[in-house]
Amino acid sequence: MGYQLDFGALLQYLGFFLEGTAVTLGLTAVASVFGISIGIVGAAAMGSKKLWLRKLVAAYVELIRNTPFIVQMFFFFFGLPSLGLRLSALAAAALAMTVNLAAYAIEIMRAGLESVPVGQREAATSLGVRALPIFGLVVLPQALANVYPALVGQITITMLESAVVSQIAVVDLTHVADFIQSRNFRSFETYLLVTVVYLILAIVMRRLLVFAGRGLFAGRVR
Amino acid sequence: MNEFTLWDIARNLLLAVPSTLLLSAIAFIGGGLVGLLLLVIRLGRYKRAKHAVKLYVELFQSTPLLMQLFLVYFGLPLLGIDVSAWLAAAACLTFYSSAFLTDIWRGSVEAIPKGQWEGSASLGLHYLQQLRLVILPQAIRMAIPPTVGFLVQLVKSTALASIVGYHELTKTAQILTNATFQPFVIFGLVALIYFFICYPLTRWSRVLERRLAKDTR
Repeated sequence: MGYQLDFGALLQYLGFFLEGTAVTLGLTAVASVFGISIGIVGAAAMGSKKLWLRKLVAAYVELIRNTPFIVQMFFFFFGLPSLGLRLSALAAAALAMTVNLAAYAIEIMRAGLESVPVGQREAATSLGVRALPIFGLVVLPQALANVYPALVGQITITMLESAVVSQIAVVDLTHVADFIQSRNFRSFETYLLVTVVYLILAIVMRRLLVFAGRGLFAGRVR
Repeated sequence: MNEFTLWDIARNLLLAVPSTLLLSAIAFIGGGLVGLLLLVIRLGRYKRAKHAVKLYVELFQSTPLLMQLFLVYFGLPLLGIDVSAWLAAAACLTFYSSAFLTDIWRGSVEAIPKGQWEGSASLGLHYLQQLRLVILPQAIRMAIPPTVGFLVQLVKSTALASIVGYHELTKTAQILTNATFQPFVIFGLVALIYFFICYPLTRWSRVLERRLAKDTR
């Protein structure tokens, strides 16, 4: 024993921590916007009449959901250059996070679309509204409101899982911790501090998103 | 330099599968035991203990698994316990899965109608008897599908053990990549191997869920 914890040594790295946090949040934001957009399109495709399209989307969802995120990321970062597609670490991380979140978002949005009563669609049709506006203006907003909490949960999970992108040298929060502990040898303190930062990020992000959702869906979020 | 054929790569990857499965099994069984203990506390009467379990679950669910892994790997030596990558990974994943399993099982127990608790209490059963004889047998049926679903998440999570240097499937893939310079083939194959481990579990969980839905209707 006799080991003294020393957090004071970490104070000088405040700037690094802030930068790392910004990268983590930025990646999460990009993955959320694109992932959920793909999720909406994919979920709509799951309701299509074309069997091959449904099969294709289902295969994508199963493939992503049944393989580890880190392997997906390594595949994009190390594997794709063999096909002549060389991505920067940051781009590979953003791509992997988006592709990953999209698969879960498709599942969530599909449940959301199914939760909207058929009567809504029928009523809109009888008013002469065309298919696309029905989807965009009638069905989608209700579906989004119904599954909003699940989406928030998935975004949080994506943010926490993004710690892994440090492994391909993206300078996110975890990478900052790796760097600092390699210089001051205070591994435990450094990782403990960063864990607490992640915890705060997760809690604050969840709160803010739920709050934003209340405004966005005007009380329709359950 | 030796040439690696596709078969060499596949064989070496397959040889690493038992490590991944072993780590998953240990974390699942260990996590199940710890999780059960936590569940008993969580459902019990002691407010402080209940809150402690709640906090435990919240901490594991709201921080990255990678950080948990690092804290165990770098933290235990500070307490004078020398840990190998294998032990750190097994211990960390055990705690991690105990938190998730407790939460899943709590949900199943809370879905049991209150009358079951009251009825069994009126028969003079004490808390542990109520759990063992009345509540858990009913809750287990509901708990199995999401538990199997969590097993998929756990198998995928073991890939992070590669980061602290435990030689499982993902770590083997990295080593092979360094030796062969064929990352596309290797990580493609690794993804497929994980898929063939996880997908049957996913399907099984779905079948169980459907069966349960039919029974309870």
